[in-house]
Amino acid sequence: MTTKNFLFVNRKAPYGTVYALESLEVVLISAAFEQNVSLAFIDDGVYQITKGQNSKGIGMKNFSPTFRALGDYDITKLYVSSESLAERGLTVDDLMELTYEDADDDYAEKPSIILVDAKGMAAMMAEQEVILSF
Amino acid sequence: MKYTILVNEGPYQHQASDSAIQFIRAALEKGHEIFRVFFYHDGVNNGTRLTVPPADDRLIQKAWSELAEKHGLDLVICIAAAQRRGIMDADEAKRQGMDANNIAPGFRISGLGQLVEGGIQSDRLVVFGD
Repeated sequence: MTTKNFLFVNRKAPYGTVYALESLEVVLISAAFEQNVSLAFIDDGVYQITKGQNSKGIGMKNFSPTFRALGDYDITKLYVSSESLAERGLTVDDLMELTYEDADDDYAEKPSIILVDAKGMAAMMAEQEVILSF
Repeated sequence: MKYTILVNEGPYQHQASDSAIQFIRAALEKGHEIFRVFFYHDGVNNGTRLTVPPADDRLIQKAWSELAEKHGLDLVICIAAAQRRGIMDADEAKRQGMDANNIAPGFRISGLGQLVEGGIQSDRLVVFGD
């Protein structure tokens, strides 16, 4: 099957609407199709991968642990907007430590999160073939 | 050019369905091909035949069904999103032990793989949503 560059753009907070949860469902399916998958986190989407999420009080499932499994699906490129973090008073230290094992480098554990500014985000998007925005 | 269309919002609440229908009509008129239309999130609500808008309003579900009939469009509703929102065909209703189904003519229910396949097989995937 043809392999294409797929990008999933996550723009919404993890709770409040179902977009983030259902986006992650498509991401996992696309991995099963062996596509070259990247994720972008922009605007409130950066909250999806913050650490220490506790959704008990709102009666919703905390699905953030699923992001930790992405490395096992060969989804290893998670682009995070540096401006969106800064606008919300967040730094990369507020995000989960998402990593993957690099098969080409003796399975060394490497970070999946790539911090980019708007210019870098635009350049990365220009390389994509299929962009899904949630 | 070959297009797959993704509709992420329900009818009436949001203009995404109207815009998608208008885009598809224009694309077909120009001789383009619509490989598939995939309905996700609240977009699955486009596929219930039980909508009854006021007489002076547009009939969004009928517009979809007519497009499907006239142009052989493949209208696919995501099963996981449909199950959450109560959109069912006869098979699914039977499987879930429900007493009714509500899927509109021209629509079918299938998995998210159909969306990914649409992205792979088409020249462009166009998203209509919020």
